[in-house]
Parts: sequence; structure tokens; C-alpha cells
Amino acid sequence: MAMPFFAPGDDPGANFPDLLRRVGLNPESVFGAAGGQSFDAMSSLGVPHATTCVALRYDGGVVMAGDRRATSGNLISHRSMEKVVQADRHSGVAIAGAAGPAMEMVRLFQLQLEHYEKVEGASLSLEGKANQLSTMVRGNLPAAMQGMVVVPIFAGYDLRRETGRLWDFDATGGRYEERDFVATGSGSLHAGTVIKVGFSRDLDRDAAVDLAARSLWEAADADSATGGPDALRGIYPVVATIDADGWERLDDDDLAARYAAIIQGVAQR
Amino acid sequence: MSMPFYVAPEQMMKDRADYARKGIARGRALVALRYADGIAIVAENASETLRKVSEIYDRIAFAGVGKYNEFDQLRVAGVRAADLKGFQYSRDDVDARSLANSYAQMLGNIFTHEMKPMEVEILVAEVGLDSAGDQMFHILYDGTVVDERDYAAIGGDAEAIRLRLADTWVDSLDLASAIKVGIAAIAGPDREIPASDIEAAELSRGNGRRCFGRVDGAVLDAAIA
Repeated sequence: MAMPFFAPGDDPGANFPDLLRRVGLNPESVFGAAGGQSFDAMSSLGVPHATTCVALRYDGGVVMAGDRRATSGNLISHRSMEKVVQADRHSGVAIAGAAGPAMEMVRLFQLQLEHYEKVEGASLSLEGKANQLSTMVRGNLPAAMQGMVVVPIFAGYDLRRETGRLWDFDATGGRYEERDFVATGSGSLHAGTVIKVGFSRDLDRDAAVDLAARSLWEAADADSATGGPDALRGIYPVVATIDADGWERLDDDDLAARYAAIIQGVAQR
Repeated sequence: MSMPFYVAPEQMMKDRADYARKGIARGRALVALRYADGIAIVAENASETLRKVSEIYDRIAFAGVGKYNEFDQLRVAGVRAADLKGFQYSRDDVDARSLANSYAQMLGNIFTHEMKPMEVEILVAEVGLDSAGDQMFHILYDGTVVDERDYAAIGGDAEAIRLRLADTWVDSLDLASAIKVGIAAIAGPDREIPASDIEAAELSRGNGRRCFGRVDGAVLDAAIA
């Protein structure tokens, strides 16, 4: 492979997707593979779908959480999917929708943030990152029309404003900044309600993590496509916090203890 | 009609090499040396923002001396090549040797085919999974590649600096001592470089996926003291 070296006029700058286009690789082609099939045909392909993810702000950062279940129709196709992933040091993405294209989009997004940071010598602003992700979601629109919808949540710690911020997206790339919390996926009605009821502006990290864990419990309880904590296999939701020190994922022992407390509370009601 | 006059290829190459060498000799030098947990890179650089040492990929760093705009072009091309390869295949497939080869091809082509050679010398360093895997490639303005094992010096006065390193470098230094050895080698016996003119970076096995890190501020001050 020759080194990518460009004349000033057609230099793609620090944009990795543009670099892919410039060397003849189409970043959208990985998402737009649906090629004229109907929604029914796509559903019968049995493409795994990912479900419930939430994010909420707390005093000093954001919590992101997602269950681990992927479904194809009425079947559970995967029990340990990671829908909440780190994007870079101070941000993360949670995905709901067709799992394959969503994972590919996240991979490209992670690389774009790192590529920009290395080429420019400084990382994008948090808002710049949200805009970049919105461009990628919009690029997926043709595939979304075929049923391969990808609607991520983006959250992170804004180092300039010194606060946690979060966004959700629609299939056209529409980008909406939420004030306090957001939920997406099939169990979002239940998860969102739990957070809405339990939320307050002065939650600390610990309380926010508990609220996120509780919201996923209730979503799993009422929505068949959302997986609950699986103590038998030792699979717990992915829960992570992002603050000034960066991304930190909670370990399974911690989550096991939190869910044991939730289960006890539920048993007593 | 004017007569095209003949210049022997030897003379042409010699002129270009002299031109490039002069440009590089004007610049400040830079050293890279292995330490217990990776590779330390130390440069004399008066600028706080225009970096000579930077990250290319997870385990790979780039350092350049000579004309800033020229080695910066090479740096960006390296980041692009590495990111493209890692995206198309796997992160594990990106390595310093093939990157150094690409740089050599590019510099060689420019040296023979362009009007003006690049006035740069660059260093591509890769930290291995263990110390046996550490690698350094020194690439000259004409595309010559030299692989170095324990330490390397590039830029003005590099020969003298390399000799000093040969005397002072020992295996399994810690990071602070490695930086000290590097600074002493660049400075020589009768000169002291102010801390503000030192740019230092590490490629450390302990840094997680992205091994590259800058050593500055309090950490650098502590290392020098």
C-alpha cells in the first residue's frame, strides 16, 4: 500500500471517513449493504437487534448503561453483547438498532476520533464529536429505510464546560441534546420512566449508577427484548461513568452487589 | 538555441545530498533510547507547540528533525497509512517495519525524482510486547533505512551524540534516568539545555493500548532534577 500523500487541494484533513472515500473505500458501503430489499425481507434475514440503553447526568459526569441481550425476532441471538462502548477517553456511545451496522459505525467513529486527535495534535470538542456521529448516522439512512436502523446515544464529559452532556439521534442524523437523561431501544419506555421518577440534579455518581441499574431491571422485567442480570452466567449490564478523569467501567462484582440489593427490594414489595 | 549541458548523475546526487545534509545539520538533534519498560524519545525543541515527536499508532511513535513542514507532512502520511491499515485489516497488522519501508520508498522517490530533496531525517520507533520486540528505524533524507537496537540519534551533530550515548547508555534504565541520559548526550559536556527546551515522550508498555505519552510539566521537571 502506497503512503497516502495528497496535494493541498484534495487533502482530506483529519477526517478519517473522508480519507476512506479519497482512497476509494466507501465508509457508507458497510452500512448500505441492504441493496433494495424490502423491510420484510430484512426482518426475515434475522439480523440481531440490540435493545435498551440509558444515559443520565450526575453531579460531575454522566452514567451510561445498556443491557446485554440481542434478539432476532422472538429468539435471543446473543446474551453478552456490549452495547455501551468507550468512544475515546472522555466519551462513550450506546447503540440500539441493527447490531452489525451499529458495531461497524462505532468502530469507524472510534477511529475517527483517534485519527483526528493524532493528526491535529488535539482532540475534537465534545460537540464536534456529536456532530461527527450525526454525519455517520445520516450516512446510514439508505440502510435505515430498509430496516437497518441505528440510533445511538452519545455521552461524554465536556472538558471546556466542565460538565457531563448527552445526545440522542434519529435515523436521519438528527441530533438532540438532552438536559438530564435519555433512554433508547425497545425497553426505553420503562427505563426512561424509572429514571424520570428517580432523577434529581444533585445525584452523586453512586446514586446515578444505582438508578441506571434499576431502570434496566424494570425494562427487562416488562420488555421481552431486554435482558436482565444473568447471575447464572455472571453476565451483568455494561455500566460506565465518564467524568473529568475519563471513562470508567464498573466491574461485575460491583454490579452483582447492586443487583442483589435491587432483587431484595423487589422481593419485599 | 541553448545547449542543454550535461551534469553527471553522481554530481547531481552529491549536490542534492549536500543540500539536504546542510539543512538537517542546522536543526537541533533528537535521541531515542530503550529503557526498562519501553522507548524514551528526547528532543531539543524551543517550541512548546510545534512538536518533533508524536504518536503514529498504538505502539508506534514518530520523531523528525530538519524542516518542520516537511517532516510534519510525513508524520500525517504515517498516521493515515497506519489508521487505514488497522481499519482494513486489524490493529495487530500495523507495524513499524512496514511503515519505515513506506517512508523509505517515499523519501527515496523524492530524492531521485524531485527538484529538491526533503531536508529531514526521521525515526520510527515501536515498543514491543516485551523488551526483545522494541524496534527503532532511522530513515535518512535519501531513503536509506538503518535499524537501531538500543539507541539512536538524528539531526545536527548526531555522530558525536551517538558516541556519547555509546558511553552512557546501559540496559534497563528507568524512564527518568533514560531521559537524563538522553539530555546529557544531546547537550554534551560544555552546554546545559534549559528545561523549557526539552521535549520528551515515552512509548511505554504500561500505558495500555496507546503506548505513547508525552513527558512534560512536573513529571519532566522531576526527571531532570
